[in-house]
Amino acid sequence: MALIDLRDVTKSYRRDQIEIPVLDGVTITVDGGDFLGLMGPSGSGKSTLLNLLAGIDRPTRGSIRIGEVEISRLSERALAGWRARHIGFIFQLYNLIPVLTAFENVELPLLLTSLSKKQRRDHVMTALGIVGLGDREKHYPRQLSGGQEQRVAIARAIVTDPTLLLADEPTGDLDAKSAGEVLTLLQRLNQEFKKTIVMVTHDPHAAERAARLLHLEKGTLVEQVKVGA
Amino acid sequence: MIVRKGTAAMTAGGIAMVVAVFVMTLAIAQGFRQTLVVSGSPQNAIVLRKSATAETVSAVLRSDVPIVEALPQVARGPDGRPLSSSELVVIIALPRQSDNQPANVPARGVGPKAFEVRDNLKVVDGRRFAPGTREINVGKAAVGRFKGLTLGSTVKFGSATWNVVGIFTADDAAFESEVWGDVDLMMPAFQRDGYQSMTVKLADPSMFESFNATVTGDPRLYLEAQREQDYYAEQSRALTTVIRVFGTFVTLILAIGAVFGAMNTMYAAVAYRTREIGTLRALGFSGSRIVAAFLAESMALALVGGVLGCLLALPVHGMSTGTTNFSSFSEVAFKFRITPALLAGGLIFSVVMGAVGGLLPAIRAARIPVARALREI
Ligand SMILES: Nc1ncnc2c1ncn2[C@@H]1O[C@H](COP(=O)(O)OP(=O)(O)OP(=O)(O)O)[C@@H](O)[C@H]1O
Ligand SMILES: [Mg+2]
Repeated sequence: MALIDLRDVTKSYRRDQIEIPVLDGVTITVDGGDFLGLMGPSGSGKSTLLNLLAGIDRPTRGSIRIGEVEISRLSERALAGWRARHIGFIFQLYNLIPVLTAFENVELPLLLTSLSKKQRRDHVMTALGIVGLGDREKHYPRQLSGGQEQRVAIARAIVTDPTLLLADEPTGDLDAKSAGEVLTLLQRLNQEFKKTIVMVTHDPHAAERAARLLHLEKGTLVEQVKVGA
Repeated sequence: MIVRKGTAAMTAGGIAMVVAVFVMTLAIAQGFRQTLVVSGSPQNAIVLRKSATAETVSAVLRSDVPIVEALPQVARGPDGRPLSSSELVVIIALPRQSDNQPANVPARGVGPKAFEVRDNLKVVDGRRFAPGTREINVGKAAVGRFKGLTLGSTVKFGSATWNVVGIFTADDAAFESEVWGDVDLMMPAFQRDGYQSMTVKLADPSMFESFNATVTGDPRLYLEAQREQDYYAEQSRALTTVIRVFGTFVTLILAIGAVFGAMNTMYAAVAYRTREIGTLRALGFSGSRIVAAFLAESMALALVGGVLGCLLALPVHGMSTGTTNFSSFSEVAFKFRITPALLAGGLIFSVVMGAVGGLLPAIRAARIPVARALREI
């Protein structure tokens, strides 16, 4: 059974009485352990699709099953709890909390678990170790480079050992070298730690790192290219 | 961010003002009440005309005095004479030292045993007035507040001139705002013939009930007794109530302003942190956790204001001021009294203001759709 089963999903926004269709009957399946790249022009609905997978937004029609759970049927509250356990989200602009240290930022999702302080510390340090920033735990986001900030954000996304990693243009704001490091890290998470990843990107170099590539055009999947993994 | 710090500081400042006013007005009420309450001793009873609410509207006949003094419940001094003081209170007008405006000062004519009956009275400067002379003693709180009321000076009131020979204290009691002299000389000076009250020391506080029963039951007397403490507590009630009502009113109006200030600050905080809220929601934080976080922030901000307000109010503690006591229409000096309970009340009040002001912004924060919040830069 596929890990993600997105069936005939339609999403439209309403703005001043006008319906803006964003996704139109999208069907995707993703197997566990996959690294899926999602490309497409600006406004094609990539972020919207990712938000639907994360349970941050709800489809207008269609069903989204992730693991055993039909998430479009969960209540807001249940969805929040589900998200905390199963989703690791990586943002284009890192979205670290500026007043918290790297350690505290990574610890945030663990505050929703029943782990003890000591266990949280172990988890955080492991996650920071994986992204290669074990020595930066006391740094604040503004004391880090963009690439380092994104790696802290990746540590925050993996610290709960989620089912699924979702990344929305994770290298969109980085220079080539930092972008390369972040992509290598994501690849390693996929191959070494068997994380399932869905990554939205504009960048063809980034897309190359994915094991599988989908193209979104005006709300529909128009092309499906297999790159040699 | 600088703008936000500014509004946060203003909000805390606004709440500080409210709490300061709150604490200070209650400190006035507290101090005033305390002043009148310590005026009463548990062992003393005050005898007034039946249903008289204050000394000023009471009358005790000369012929009543020996009947009451003969009662067995009345304590006796070493000389075997009853510890009782038959008194007359007249209001004299003296110019205030500060603005030269006349103000009402209570002058109390007392009996020779008055200082034994009121044993919290101490002459701290000079000596007691000598019975049978036009000498007076002045309460410490009145000294310097009114012209002529200093040791060694003379002052005219009634149809006579009086010499100030001593200053007394009375543990902050209302007596400290009074002028005391011999009742037998004050009576003719004010063309009175009769007393207004009798204060007696009981042999034991537990004898009050039987003492009162005897006084009210005696067909020759049209008098009743009250415990001195109850009497003075009752005297303070009208004014403390007015201060409380007025204080509450002013505090409420200021509080409404402060709550709106807090609300404004918190709305700004929510707007400023929309993306942060979206991020936390995306990490799995529930809406109720977001509400709790913003409420906590608002309450913490308000508490800072509350602490500030208490610090602002604290220096007035012990400061003395005067006011017209409604039940006697004369000036009573008293001290602001800030008690720990009052400060705790001020802090709780500030936190409540923070919670009220923070609630709507916090709910808005939790209601922002996550996807939209994440699109904010
Ligand atoms: N909350 C919303 N309300 C109204 N319209 C929205 C909302 N979210 C997205 N849209 C619209 O949906 C369309 C797709 O948006 P989306 O963010 O998914 O595109 P995208 O493919 O991620 O683009 P980009 O590459 O620029 O990030 C856009 O036209 C956008 O304006
Ligand atoms: Mg996007």
